[in-house]
Amino acid sequence: MIDPFPPAFLFFIGAILLLLLPKGSPRALVGIIVPIIAAMMVWDLPTGVGGEVQLAGLTLEMMRVDKLSTIFGLVFCLAAFLGNLYAWHVKDTVQQVAALAYAGSAIGAVFAGDLIILFIYWEGTAIASVFLIWARRTEGAFYTGMRYLIIQIGSGVILLAGVVLLYRETGSIAFEKMELGTLATWLIFLSFGMKCAFPLLHNWLQDSYPAATVTGTVILSAFTTKLAVYALARGFPGTELLIYIGAVMTVFPVFLAEIENDLRRVLAYSLNNQLGFMVVGVGIGTEMSLNGTASHAFAHILYKALLFMSVGAVLFRTGTSKASELGGLYRTMPLTAIFCLVGAASISAFPLFSGFVTKSLILDASAENHYTIVWAMLVFASAGVLSHSGIKIPFFTFFAHDSGKRPAEAPSHMLWAMGITAALCILVGVFPEPLYALLPYEVDYHAYTTYHVVGQLQLLLFALLAFVFLMRTGIHPPEVRAVNLDTDVIYRRFLPMLIIKISNIVSGLWAFGTWFTKGKADRLVRTLHRSHGPEGRMASVWPTGAMVLWIAIILTATLLVNFIT
Amino acid sequence: MANAVILPTLSMIDQLPLLTIAVPLIAGPLCVIFGNRHIAWGLAFLSSLLAFLFSGHMLLQVIDGDVLSYHLGGWAPPLGIEYRVDAANAFVLFLISGISTVVLPYARQSVAHEIKKVSHTLFYCCYLLCFTGLLGVVVTGDAFNVFVFLEISSLSTYVLIAMGAERDRRALTAAYDYLILGTIGATFFVIGIGFLYIATGTLNMADLAVRLADMGDNRTVQAGFAFIVVGMGLKAAIYPLHLWLPGAYTYAPSVVTVFLAATATKAAIYVLLRFMFSVFQPDFVFELHTLTWIIMPLAILAMFAASLIAAFQTDLKRLLAYSSVAQVGYMILGIGLATKTSLSATIIHLFNHGITKAVLFMVVGAFVMRVGSSFTKNLNGLGKQMPWTCTAFVIGGLSLIGVPGTAGFISKWLLIDASLKADLWWLAMLIVMSSLLAVVYVWKAVEVLYMQQPDEGSSAKEVPMSMLLPMWIMAIACVYFGLNTDLTLTSASVAANSLLGGGVQ
Repeated sequence: MIDPFPPAFLFFIGAILLLLLPKGSPRALVGIIVPIIAAMMVWDLPTGVGGEVQLAGLTLEMMRVDKLSTIFGLVFCLAAFLGNLYAWHVKDTVQQVAALAYAGSAIGAVFAGDLIILFIYWEGTAIASVFLIWARRTEGAFYTGMRYLIIQIGSGVILLAGVVLLYRETGSIAFEKMELGTLATWLIFLSFGMKCAFPLLHNWLQDSYPAATVTGTVILSAFTTKLAVYALARGFPGTELLIYIGAVMTVFPVFLAEIENDLRRVLAYSLNNQLGFMVVGVGIGTEMSLNGTASHAFAHILYKALLFMSVGAVLFRTGTSKASELGGLYRTMPLTAIFCLVGAASISAFPLFSGFVTKSLILDASAENHYTIVWAMLVFASAGVLSHSGIKIPFFTFFAHDSGKRPAEAPSHMLWAMGITAALCILVGVFPEPLYALLPYEVDYHAYTTYHVVGQLQLLLFALLAFVFLMRTGIHPPEVRAVNLDTDVIYRRFLPMLIIKISNIVSGLWAFGTWFTKGKADRLVRTLHRSHGPEGRMASVWPTGAMVLWIAIILTATLLVNFIT
Repeated sequence: MANAVILPTLSMIDQLPLLTIAVPLIAGPLCVIFGNRHIAWGLAFLSSLLAFLFSGHMLLQVIDGDVLSYHLGGWAPPLGIEYRVDAANAFVLFLISGISTVVLPYARQSVAHEIKKVSHTLFYCCYLLCFTGLLGVVVTGDAFNVFVFLEISSLSTYVLIAMGAERDRRALTAAYDYLILGTIGATFFVIGIGFLYIATGTLNMADLAVRLADMGDNRTVQAGFAFIVVGMGLKAAIYPLHLWLPGAYTYAPSVVTVFLAATATKAAIYVLLRFMFSVFQPDFVFELHTLTWIIMPLAILAMFAASLIAAFQTDLKRLLAYSSVAQVGYMILGIGLATKTSLSATIIHLFNHGITKAVLFMVVGAFVMRVGSSFTKNLNGLGKQMPWTCTAFVIGGLSLIGVPGTAGFISKWLLIDASLKADLWWLAMLIVMSSLLAVVYVWKAVEVLYMQQPDEGSSAKEVPMSMLLPMWIMAIACVYFGLNTDLTLTSASVAANSLLGGGVQ
């Protein structure tokens, strides 16, 4: 028995148990109970390292418990609980099992004591999560899933390569703070970056999340990227490069999100942008900024899930999540609209909502450490968030022009899931102290100072003003049906073209090679087998001759090498 | 020899090296004498099981680095024939007899399906002779005796492959090709032995090693080395000396393919190891050059070229055959690096690949039984109709790729470790890259089995338990040896030690 018992295993046991139960409520119940028990286990875990297992001569640490891993473990349990509650109606075994296995892998990775265990769970999240995309069972979803899987597995392979090199250099597989500089650490950094959706490595996120099932997207949004943020916070705190990467990450999705029509894609872009804040926090690397990252991840998982849930509920009821086809839904889905607004307020960091108390930690940390340009970029991005997530999502879905759609209110379990999440968003916003107490370092910070509140409100109001102005004057990009190609144009268009080119060349060479060797072999066969008569068909006899030729060549080569020395 | 069999229990233990060979050798003709196919199968299984127990016992005896030396007929070496068992060959014996013991229960139904009843007794007789030959090649410490056993196994292999002619007449040409090439290989080998005998006047391997120690610049010895390497390289199907293999594996009866793929090339690789590192010294200049300029490039070529060919195959059996050629590449890559770790990697890959390919070919045999074909176009959607068989294929496939948690991972990890220790990081990259090609061809099969809809009117059902069980024993072994590496790692590293140091005591 492994001691302490890894909470991840609880999820895996749950996933297997689920298969034994009859379809329907009993299975859904497993998905809800397991995260609750796991959360209680995580809460009670003693700090320290444990759960040693022996594998191929290496001692592996299954469990490393400290405050950083605990807060991520807790919020992952919470997200699994909310996501599964939201997915109560789902009767699809694949999704239910995948959701549990995925959450379990992510929690396992957070508590991984060394890099090998991290790698195993890292791949686990990739494999489990792709089924949430494939579960849609359309051809498009299948190919999207494949693209997603290739990138995620690729990230794992690069991680493994880095770990192997690191082990060669240092003889250790411990997962501790690393310095960029060697190939090993760069590879590990790159693999974290792929999962964290760094700029130019990001497009898998916008490609795949909107392609998953209604409930799948909610689950997906919580784990993979936050796991990467955790890994960065553990492995590369204080790496200055991360500050600039993060700053770029916060800014560039703003533009893409503004012109995007599919609301789930908009949310995927804003997810990218929010990750940027966390990455900046890791990059600054002070106690305050790391606290900011951890708390922002916590708050972010909740409000992002809430937003995905509300848009998902709309998609569930109307069958579309395109801004151009929605509008005026507040009439029949008032509760969903309210919850969406809570999520929007949280992501925009309105005072009294969760985003406010966590984001300001990172903003202040960047200002305190004199990263003025970075600070300015973050402020700009905050305004952008308000515009595309805070206003655009609720506005085009529930208000704006009336689409004429009159869908029923979301099912009650969805409302419960959204309600609890919304309540948590507000609770964290109003009473941040319990969250602060969970953070990795001591917190001496007050979010509700006049300076913060006024500053933030100014920002928000001006952004609001800008949106109104743009809408009134018609400058705001209209919501049109279109697929916006991001950098994924590289593998959607250029790569296939390249592959076709290469395959043409290869097949040409191949044809030439066959023609050439066959010609030679023909002559050889005729010499060698003249006495054997013409009974052999070409296909069956020429390998014998060619083979003998090869023996002669290899023997000659070996003899030459031997004799020349 | 007759005496040896009925000696009292106490000294039976000392007779094990001989008994391992003698039991199947005697059982073979007995099959024909009894002339009943059920008795023939019983004899084959029983003798295979005994050989497995014997070799398991010997492995336990030598795993601490001891050496068992058995003098045939009481004649002391170097004049008499010596059977010499150390960790290296005990491990290979364990693999061969283990595979055979698991394959035979599978064989019963599969053979009944693929070969007509009249030939069953002859089939089991040939099978036992082939089995004896392979064990003999491995157990003996006498260079000429290797040749004798090699011929025993080869001749019976030709017959076994030709028995596939009932399903597909092309088995005959495949057997013929292998006959020609196998004979050339064996002849080269015996020429090489002849050169060594001219130079040293001895045929005992340990004795050869002592006498060869200071003959590094003798031209006769060098020529002998070249002949032995090429001759055995042909039996081991080193690329490009592999051309006999795809045909032979594809058209042979399923059981024969399982058995040959898991054992025959492995025995040849073992002989290569034994000659290169025990009989000849790896510090001979000519040998070093051969390793660097011949073995290594061919190994890398095999890893890529054969994997690429495999990726384009439409017949699953042929695909796996080419994959075997690629995997032999990894084994001789370990030989080429010639360090202790790399030799361990070769030996452990020899074992792990043996069990992996056994699962995969058994699955293909099951497809042949139920669908009548191993072409991928006929296997659509079998994942639903034959779930257990297809799951076993997936496990075997993962192990073939080298996914962590499977046996294949351990050997590739060790090989990568060896190349990094030798500061050849580009080689490590090549190993990883070629593993990606394995992903391609395994995925190709998985896609057909799971992602396609079953053909209209197809009613394939799961194969009988007697076939499913051996398949799953091997599949579980693939996972077991991926997680618990005590037996394999210890055996391999002791074996590598005894290979490198065994000859010069």
